[in-house]
Amino acid sequence: MNRIAFAAALLASAAPLAAETHRIEAGEGAAARLQEALILAQPGDVIELGEGRIALTDGLSLDVDGVTLRGAGMDKSVLDFTGQQGAGEGLLVTSDNVTLHGFGIENPKGDGIKSKGADNIIYNSIRVEWTGGPKATNGAYGIYPVESTGVLVTRSKVIGASDAGIYVGQSRDITVRGNLVEFNVAGIEIENSRNALVENNIATHNTGGLLVFDLPGLPVMNGGNVILRENVVKDNDTPNFAPPGNIVASVRRGTGVLVMANDGVLIENNAFEGNATAHIMVIAYTQPYEDARYNPYARNVIVGPNAFGRGGDDPQLDGKEMLLEAFGGALPPVLWDGIVEDGNGLMIAEGVTGWTLNLSKPGQSLAEAQPGPLMLTPLESWQFPEVGAPAELEARLK
Amino acid sequence: MRPARALLAAAVLALGGAMAHGTVLEPPPVNDTAIAGAAFPKTLSEFGFFQDGRAQDPAARVHAYALNTPLWSDGAEKLRFIYLPEGARLTADGEGLLQFPVGAAIIKTFAFGEGAERRLIETRVLLHRAEGWVALPYRWNAEQTEATLALAGGRIDLTTPAGEAISYAIPNKNQCKTCHSKDGAVIPIGPKARNLSVKWMGEMLKAGRLDRLPPGAATMPVWAGYTDQSPAEPFARAYLDVNCAHCHQPGGGASNSGLDLRWEQSDPHAIGIMKRPVAAGRGAGGHDFSVLPGQPDASILLYRMDSAEPGIAMPELGKASVDKDGVAVVRRWIAEMQR
Repeated sequence: MNRIAFAAALLASAAPLAAETHRIEAGEGAAARLQEALILAQPGDVIELGEGRIALTDGLSLDVDGVTLRGAGMDKSVLDFTGQQGAGEGLLVTSDNVTLHGFGIENPKGDGIKSKGADNIIYNSIRVEWTGGPKATNGAYGIYPVESTGVLVTRSKVIGASDAGIYVGQSRDITVRGNLVEFNVAGIEIENSRNALVENNIATHNTGGLLVFDLPGLPVMNGGNVILRENVVKDNDTPNFAPPGNIVASVRRGTGVLVMANDGVLIENNAFEGNATAHIMVIAYTQPYEDARYNPYARNVIVGPNAFGRGGDDPQLDGKEMLLEAFGGALPPVLWDGIVEDGNGLMIAEGVTGWTLNLSKPGQSLAEAQPGPLMLTPLESWQFPEVGAPAELEARLK
Repeated sequence: MRPARALLAAAVLALGGAMAHGTVLEPPPVNDTAIAGAAFPKTLSEFGFFQDGRAQDPAARVHAYALNTPLWSDGAEKLRFIYLPEGARLTADGEGLLQFPVGAAIIKTFAFGEGAERRLIETRVLLHRAEGWVALPYRWNAEQTEATLALAGGRIDLTTPAGEAISYAIPNKNQCKTCHSKDGAVIPIGPKARNLSVKWMGEMLKAGRLDRLPPGAATMPVWAGYTDQSPAEPFARAYLDVNCAHCHQPGGGASNSGLDLRWEQSDPHAIGIMKRPVAAGRGAGGHDFSVLPGQPDASILLYRMDSAEPGIAMPELGKASVDKDGVAVVRRWIAEMQR
């Protein structure tokens, strides 16, 4: 955010009395009225959606700083994109200090809500849903902040995304708290991002629950400093319905947490249950790549204390029968590929059990795996930085 | 309403003056206040860019221009103009975008149908104000007498030159910015020296409306001159630059994809060769790479160009049908690429 924008934000927050509220009721011409209000809004204004459904044929967009778009509730004020004919998402936000609150988005043709280069954004009590259930023809991402600093996604719900329900990409200073993600390919995905706190979410009936990825060839890389804490990751049992070609199409049904590459991930105090492949999987990036800036290793990944229930009992892996037999009917909770860059790979707390593929370099064929139990010396303690969205976002929620 | 009335009064005065002197009627000047002021004029005629809007007959200091390789928009005919205030001129900046003085405007009208059947659909204006560029869309009425501001955009059913019945989308003001944006600011896209003809730039130079003819001018191929004998690469790269690179470049609307389709980009991975998708979703079409050399039918880039379905189709805006010619050229480029 440049200095002038920052000054404008300060002014906007210092002078709330000047802000206006524009109310949009459903009915004749509502889509055009809403888009016009989004265009003509001044910083600090509130655009209020009445109860009811608004049908849209085109994507909406907001490019004014400091605007609040607020509905009567995620099931009461609904933007219906079933008949969408254009644009890549339902709502596109490209301005800073925006608050989205209390409305639903249904059946967008592409992504649900995308915010790009939109610093300090709040998604609060938003629902994005593809109402026909999991389908490859559903849009990719439900809630999709990207290239942003300061992101808070809370009390929201995403159902049916053919990629990730909540996807935060190429961003910093992120909190994803208290959301429900179900029947998506990936419930929540933090990709090529730093300083992310993912806590108190429920990820259930996805293909994979919580994903932390770092991918090559992108403008922003070196993802890390991610905390996954106090989430319920349960029964992620939906067959993968991602369109082939996408990285999440390779996620195995029944994956609880998947960490791929990244520097610094802490997984603690979560409850895992019913993830048939693995509650936690930690791996290096698997594909060939040409990008000198990229580090494919999973580094400094700490699995602290977690509650591990039933899981690993129907792994979607080659040699499943043999593996189950070797491990006595169910695989232990943590699956690691064994690939270490420099003595800083996977670390575990006392009592965490797992198994490793005992591979040695990124991209190595799974055929060369030599599965065996995880033999790591448990950590007695660890240091991890405090991460998450800036305090001003938390303050704005209140 | 007041500016319109003032304009009318000015026109009447001009008419009176012309009659009194018995000379040829001077067209009313372009309304510089409408361009540089803070307001969004409600009608296109308030600007006075045209002596005759329906005929798209430009006023004084409004210069028609064309691009070597144009942006395709469902086959619309495009009438492009640049307005420069009195005494002002364009400044060349290498082969790139011409630099416009404050007070300048760029005007583009979209039309379908030929000859007497031609129907103007919309006129988009880019106004260079002191605080930056402002993009506004205007929609023509059925009578073709006036175009009015369409901040929220709109849709209109029409038949393309290829004979396809489509729902044509007039972009809303924000969607103008979706394409016309770099690092958060609105900028022009089209008038780059490399994509303008030497003839036009020569005329502008001679008229004192351009400072110089820069090196690298007119280096992009003339799309209309493409034949099966033409080399595919320059045409394909020009097409991708003009149709895709306003978003697909660093600082552009699709920067997070990592795909950079600018003419000057020479890194194969950046232009999509063996590049895996990031956020393509079902737009990937089951393919693993944006461009797979020798295999156009396994290339995401071509798959998305060849689709008109929202969520898959690229570009995301300004397209309701497939550009068969563009697809053919890009297909040939990928097919001829060494595996």
